[in-house]
Amino acid sequence: METNERNGSPPAARGASEGAKVRVENLDFWYGANHVLRDVSLDIRANEVTAFIGPSGCGKSTLLRCLNRMNELIPDTRLEGRVLIDGRDMYRNADPVMVRRRIGMVFQKPNPFPKTIFENVIWGARVNGYKGDEAELVERCLRKAALWEEVKDRLHAQAYGLSGGQQQRLCIARTLAVAPDVVLMDEPASALDPIATAKLEETILQLKERYTIIIVTHNMQQAGRISDRTAFFYMGELIEADATEQLFTRPSRKRTEDYITGRFG
Amino acid sequence: MADSQQISTGAKTGAHADLAVNMLHSPKERAVEYALGFCALVSVLTTLGIAAVLLVESLHFFAEVSIVEFLTETRWTPQFIDKHFGIWPLLSGTLLVTVIAALVALPIGLMSAIFIAEYAPERVRKILKPGLELLAGIPTVVYGYFALTFVTPLLQTFVPGLNIYNALSAGIVVGVMIIPMVSSLSEDAIRAVPRSLAEGAYALGATRIEVVLRVMVPGAVSGIVASFILALSRAIGETMIVTLAAGAMPNLTANPAESVQTMTAFIVNVSLGDTPQGTVEFYSLFAVGLVLFLMTLSMNFLANLIIRRYRERY
Repeated sequence: METNERNGSPPAARGASEGAKVRVENLDFWYGANHVLRDVSLDIRANEVTAFIGPSGCGKSTLLRCLNRMNELIPDTRLEGRVLIDGRDMYRNADPVMVRRRIGMVFQKPNPFPKTIFENVIWGARVNGYKGDEAELVERCLRKAALWEEVKDRLHAQAYGLSGGQQQRLCIARTLAVAPDVVLMDEPASALDPIATAKLEETILQLKERYTIIIVTHNMQQAGRISDRTAFFYMGELIEADATEQLFTRPSRKRTEDYITGRFG
Repeated sequence: MADSQQISTGAKTGAHADLAVNMLHSPKERAVEYALGFCALVSVLTTLGIAAVLLVESLHFFAEVSIVEFLTETRWTPQFIDKHFGIWPLLSGTLLVTVIAALVALPIGLMSAIFIAEYAPERVRKILKPGLELLAGIPTVVYGYFALTFVTPLLQTFVPGLNIYNALSAGIVVGVMIIPMVSSLSEDAIRAVPRSLAEGAYALGATRIEVVLRVMVPGAVSGIVASFILALSRAIGETMIVTLAAGAMPNLTANPAESVQTMTAFIVNVSLGDTPQGTVEFYSLFAVGLVLFLMTLSMNFLANLIIRRYRERY
C-alpha cells in the first residue's frame, strides 16, 4: 500500500524526499477566518534536531501541530498544501490516528495520565495493540528518555508524584513506546527549571540518533544548544531555514537578524 | 464621599496610620459576615430540624410497634383492622421503582453526556443540552399522568397481564425524569477533565472512543458517580409519579408488572387527611419518613466512599 503510494507520487516529490524525512509543501492554515500559516515550504532531515523559532503567534506551534494532524481536533480549521513523511502524503488517503502513531508529540506542559508510571508508558503501546513484553518495553523507553534510573524502584507509583522535569521525560518515554520515527516537541522545557531543562536537552540530543526531532522553542539559546537546523517564522511565514550555526551567526535575512539579536520579539 | 474624606485626612496625619485600621473587623464587614453565615446555617438547621422531628415522632410509633416487627414483618396494613407494620413491602416497592429507573437513566444519561461532551459538534450541543435540561423542568405530576395514561397502555400491548398500576411504567418514567440530571452533571464532569490529557492520548494514536473510555470517563469518574447517586436519591424520593402510576397496594414483590406502593406514595396517602392524628397509622408516617431519610443519607455516604476510592487526581 505504502509502496504503491510512493510510486504514484509525482517525480518531483520523490526526488526531493531523498534526504528529507519530513517535507512541508506550500502549506496554508486557517483558524476560522484567521490565516495563520502562509505558503510554508520546508524540508526536515532525518536524525537531526530541527528547531522552530519566532515570536509568539508566528505560527511555529501551529505548523508543528499540522505535522501530526492535531489541529483537526479543533473545530473550524482549514489546511491547504501537503505534508509528506518519507514521501508519503500525511493528509490524502491517510488516517489521522495512523499518522499520530508514526509522529509522536510531547507537549508544552507535562501531561501524564493520572495513572502509574508504568501505565503511562505502556498506555499508547496498548492502544496500538502492542502484544510483546510490556516490562521490557517500559524499561527500554524509560532508558531512552533517561528516566529509568530515577524511577526503576517505583514503576507502580503515581506519575503525579514525579517532578515536572521527570514528568516531561515520562511523556517522552510514553511517546517512544508507540515507536514513532518523528518526535514533535512543543516548547517542552517551558514549564521546567534550568536543571530539569539541561537534563531534558541532554535527553533530546541522545534521541536524535534514532529519531527525527522537531522542537518549537521560545528560547534561542536552547535552539542554539540542541538543534542542527533552525527555521525562523514571523507572522505565519517561514522567513529563513538553515543550519543553526549559520542562521545564528550569518542570517541571510534582516528580520532574522533583528529577532536573534533581540531587536524585537 | 465619607470614605474619600477619611483617606485624605489619613494621608495628612501620616500614611502609616492607615495600615493599622483593621478592615476585616469593621462593623460593615462583620454585618456581612454574620448575614452570610446565617444564610449558610439556615439549610443546616432545617436539615437538623427535620431529622429531629422524624426521630421524635417515630418514637411514638416505635412505642406501639416494636422495631423487630417493623423490620421482620412482611405485611404493611396500617389501614386494616388487622394491622401489620412491616416495612419490607414499601421498601421493596421503592427499590423496585428505583432499580428500573436506574436501568433507564444511568446508561442513557451517561451515553448522552459522552456524546454531548466529546462527539457532538458545537451546533448540535447548543440545541441538545438545553433540550435535555428542559426535561428537568416538567412538573412531576405531568410525568405521573403521562406514565398512567400513555406509557402503561403502550406497555400493555407488549407485556400481557400488566396491571394498570405497575412498577414498570412508574420506574421507566422516573428514569426519564432523572436522565437530565445524570447527563448534565456527568457532562460537566467529563468536560472538567483537562483537555491536555485528551490531547496527549490523541497524540499517542488513540481513537476517539479510546480517548473517551480510557481517559475522559476514568478522569471524570468521581463526578459521574456523584451524578448517579444524586439521581438515584432523587428517584428514591420521587413521589408524584409513583403515587399516580405505581398504585397504592403495599406488595412485597420483585415483579415489575405488579402494582406496588413506595414509601413516598404511602406518606402521601396518610398525609391526605383521612388518617386521624395521634393514631399509630399516623405516626407510622414518621417511621417511614425516617427510613427514607436514612436511605438517602447512606447513599450519600456511599457516594463519598466511592468518590474517594476511585478518584483520579490531575
